Amino acid sequence: MIGKEEIEHIGWLARIALNETEQQLFEEQLSSILDYFAVLDELDTEDIEPTYHVIGIKDVIRDDEPKGMLSQAEVLRNAPKQEDGYIKSPRMF
Amino acid sequence: MYGDQTMNDKLTATETVEGIKTGDISCEDLLSKIYERIARSKLNCFITLNKEDALEQAIEVDKHRTEEQYSRKKLLGVPIAIKDSISTKGIQTTCASNILTGYVPPYDATVIEALKREGAIILGKTNMDEFCMGTSTETSYYGATKNPYDLHRVPGGSSGGSAAAVAADEAVLAIGSDTGGSIRCPASFCGIVGLKPTYGLVSRYGLIAYANSLEQIGPMAASVTDTALLLEILSAKDERDSTQVKLNNNASTNYCCHWISDNDETGGITGMKIGVPKEFIEGVSPEVEKLVWDAIQKYEGLGATYEQISMRNMKYALASYYIIAMSEASSNLARFDGLRYGLRTEKDEDWHTTFSQIRSKGFGEEVKRRIILGTYALSAGYYGKYYLKALKVRTLIKREFDTALKKYDMLAMPTMPFVAFELGERIKDPLSLYLADVNTVPINLAGVPSISIPCGFSNGLPVGLQLVGTHFDEDRILKAAFDYERESGI
Repeated sequence: MIGKEEIEHIGWLARIALNETEQQLFEEQLSSILDYFAVLDELDTEDIEPTYHVIGIKDVIRDDEPKGMLSQAEVLRNAPKQEDGYIKSPRMF
Repeated sequence: MYGDQTMNDKLTATETVEGIKTGDISCEDLLSKIYERIARSKLNCFITLNKEDALEQAIEVDKHRTEEQYSRKKLLGVPIAIKDSISTKGIQTTCASNILTGYVPPYDATVIEALKREGAIILGKTNMDEFCMGTSTETSYYGATKNPYDLHRVPGGSSGGSAAAVAADEAVLAIGSDTGGSIRCPASFCGIVGLKPTYGLVSRYGLIAYANSLEQIGPMAASVTDTALLLEILSAKDERDSTQVKLNNNASTNYCCHWISDNDETGGITGMKIGVPKEFIEGVSPEVEKLVWDAIQKYEGLGATYEQISMRNMKYALASYYIIAMSEASSNLARFDGLRYGLRTEKDEDWHTTFSQIRSKGFGEEVKRRIILGTYALSAGYYGKYYLKALKVRTLIKREFDTALKKYDMLAMPTMPFVAFELGERIKDPLSLYLADVNTVPINLAGVPSISIPCGFSNGLPVGLQLVGTHFDEDRILKAAFDYERESGI
């Protein structure tokens, strides 16, 4: 079970403001989905290693050679708010 | 079927390239006809068209087709549709989400660079479930795509626009991305071929990430040969994706060159051992099951043997998959904040409130649901119960595939448990929609390659046969699919 308050709190953690209707809808739906996930509890996985990459490669590095990069204008082209070559963020506080 | 051609009249990519090179086909005419068809279409396959640029390229192709630097290109002038989850320089890329409305990538995905190098022409960006989250293409901000065989039904998802475009001749080839069945499900529902490559074969650089440890970009086409040709190009090496596996020197990615020329041989099938796991047959509609058994018996007729097997951990695959996918999604989608690109609110509040409002407005319901669930599964106190547990179950599922694919050359099963369902039928009940992925998600958990090919019709709707091979064994399942296609004439 997952309650409305908890959903509102997770919404805040995920930075998604959920309205009343969404909170109600999710309360019902998420509880049934989480119930379904509980099927995994049947399995004993105590000594099983988790799989992160199916082929098992890790620590991949490439030669440290500079390659072409985007210009400032290209980087900024998609930013909705900008000023003097900077991306403009909302105020911190 | 919707449209003006049947599958058998379709121009293949190989025929298109040959025709353009010899001058029998005018690339400009071909493109114009396709854009006319798209303009008349009721399917809603595309979010963004690249018409002006594509027609200009077509004129260039017609003008220079005989020059060596053009004529050596493997996809010269072939019109291709690109799923909107893949970055295309200069062409709006939205992932079918309001939060990316107006976003124009400043760079190409590696697969797009490869397609351009080989002369393919990008028609436009295809509709999909928002951020690939869905099985029906109904969660798109731009409205649902419709199934070309029945306009009241879904095309499957999430790469529904790509599949419907190929089926209805609105593209010769298409690419999709597959996190838990997003290429194979719509291929099955729209009666085309779709392949999910081995995890690590195709570069994901430029693919807008949903669940990185599960997804691959892959080919969608009207025939197995076209699928193989496209896969060969998509599997270009790329050091910008650190999860791409470096194949050793004898491994070939020339998927079609071995067998396309041997027209009379079905030699690959003789002696082949096929495993049919009962867990992938249980719960499948009787009509679909019958067509899949017919197909398996066709392989027997070609000299293969088959056995029914059991993979008992498959009943845990869906839960494991959704926990992993949602957890990875909650982390991946944290980048969408409206600062550097995408939707931004008119008036700013403080830092956190502004982002919460932008994301609330920009994401659709299914995306919010998965981010919330993923955030919950990763939050303090639940990590071990959900995410870590799901990764351990993933190990068990992968082992079961490893064991089965040591004993058998490939596995065969239905791609989807049923034919395309009606628009609106499942969208209100998320869990029932998730359950539709029961035969496709285990393959992503194991990271093995699988292909969906048409194996007949049930009440006029296409049914897909799914063939699964071991890691990097694309060649074998493509060859087997090719032999079935030739033998069955479907």
